[in-house]
Amino acid sequence: MPGAQERVLRRRIGSVQNTKKITRAMELIAATRVVKAQQRANEARPYAEHITQVIEDLSAAGAEVDHPLLRPLGEVQRVGVVVLAADRGLAGAYNSSVIKAAEREIQAARSEDKSYDLVTIGRKAKGYFAFRNYPISQSFEGFSENPTFEDAARIAARVIQLFEEGGCDRIDLVYTRFISMGSQEVVVRRFLPLESTERIAEGGDATATAGFEFEPSANAVLESLLPRYVESRLYAALLDAAASELASRQRAMKAATDNAQELIVKLTRKMNQVRQDAITTEIMEIIGGAEALSDDRSDPAELLPAHLDSNPFPQHLASRHATGPDRT
Amino acid sequence: MSLLVELVSPERVAYSGEARMVICRTTTGDIAFLPGHVPFIGVLASHPVRVLQEDGGELVIAVHQGFVEVSPPDDDGVTRVTILSDVAELASDIDAGRAQQAKERAEEALRTDPGDREAQLSLRKAEVRLSVSDAA
Repeated sequence: MPGAQERVLRRRIGSVQNTKKITRAMELIAATRVVKAQQRANEARPYAEHITQVIEDLSAAGAEVDHPLLRPLGEVQRVGVVVLAADRGLAGAYNSSVIKAAEREIQAARSEDKSYDLVTIGRKAKGYFAFRNYPISQSFEGFSENPTFEDAARIAARVIQLFEEGGCDRIDLVYTRFISMGSQEVVVRRFLPLESTERIAEGGDATATAGFEFEPSANAVLESLLPRYVESRLYAALLDAAASELASRQRAMKAATDNAQELIVKLTRKMNQVRQDAITTEIMEIIGGAEALSDDRSDPAELLPAHLDSNPFPQHLASRHATGPDRT
Repeated sequence: MSLLVELVSPERVAYSGEARMVICRTTTGDIAFLPGHVPFIGVLASHPVRVLQEDGGELVIAVHQGFVEVSPPDDDGVTRVTILSDVAELASDIDAGRAQQAKERAEEALRTDPGDREAQLSLRKAEVRLSVSDAA
């Protein structure tokens, strides 16, 4: 018959065990998804590389366009901050660190008397900023773990609109860069205006570009290519953020599982100790009672009510108890 | 001398293989590439791209917008033709029934408002999809 304290402990162990099962499952899910996310990032790389390559070729051919996306960065009056966070929590410090970085950007803009536009991606970012009464210009959610190119194109269109028509002079992207499974880093990158085509071209591998033909013309190609380039950069950032989110979640859930295991061991020890204590106390009480009785009556059987004919307390047991409790 | 064709969408490399000839339509007109073609970059129109394969087979890809890049032949004489497109579908990826429905929807929209740009685009897309899936 377990005591009250033991029962409480037993129940707690049970609940910690259930929690452990849940966090363990989440850890495994995140682990498989992070592999997929990395794979998607790898599959997306050829497109980004080819686009950069084409811009490089165009730049080598001397294409120059007066495209709004390329307008040089002058006096900044209005800043756009695009923050990429997750839709769900339970990912350790992932959301809070990227949101804090974005908030710092906004504070910096405020302290320099600039106005700002805030674009949130992910439910957590929206919740945080909405709760603190920051004006949110645009928000997107529902795909943080598994972004598609359509999502990227949709966001890019709104961000470009903000830049071209919304009066933003500069757009910064705040997201988490995926370096490896073990390390991710929050970065703030200038997203728009684009660097000059020469600067973009430097990023690619510099192969000799021999006299390309263009159709309809180098400038026309560049003009229709630039928005694609913006989309592809945003898509790459989304994929990086997704992989980072899943890696963070996996780590957080692994820590939670380990902690739960530790707690179970600790509670089990405590429970065993409490149980042993209860048993000892019980035995001591019995012995104490028997001793007290045997003091004034020589035969313990005399104490029994007349209708009980068996002897519940044989002499050989009483003597064993007197020498100390056996393991029960 | 050979021709390597790659169909690259933002999400993955959708197709990669050797070919004899690639025929596509840029915004200014049709153009075909053979091995050793001059380096070329063009803006593609919404039109099926035909890839004539080595074994005489023909692969048709629905390309709705994008670019084609022909890189200079490398040291092995391989000319790379890269088709970069947001929306590029092989015939096997196309749901003909859905395309047919989309076409009818777009036609319906155009009957009420002939100037509807969005409907014109989706009609064009649906037609390209259907012609690709018929060719297969």
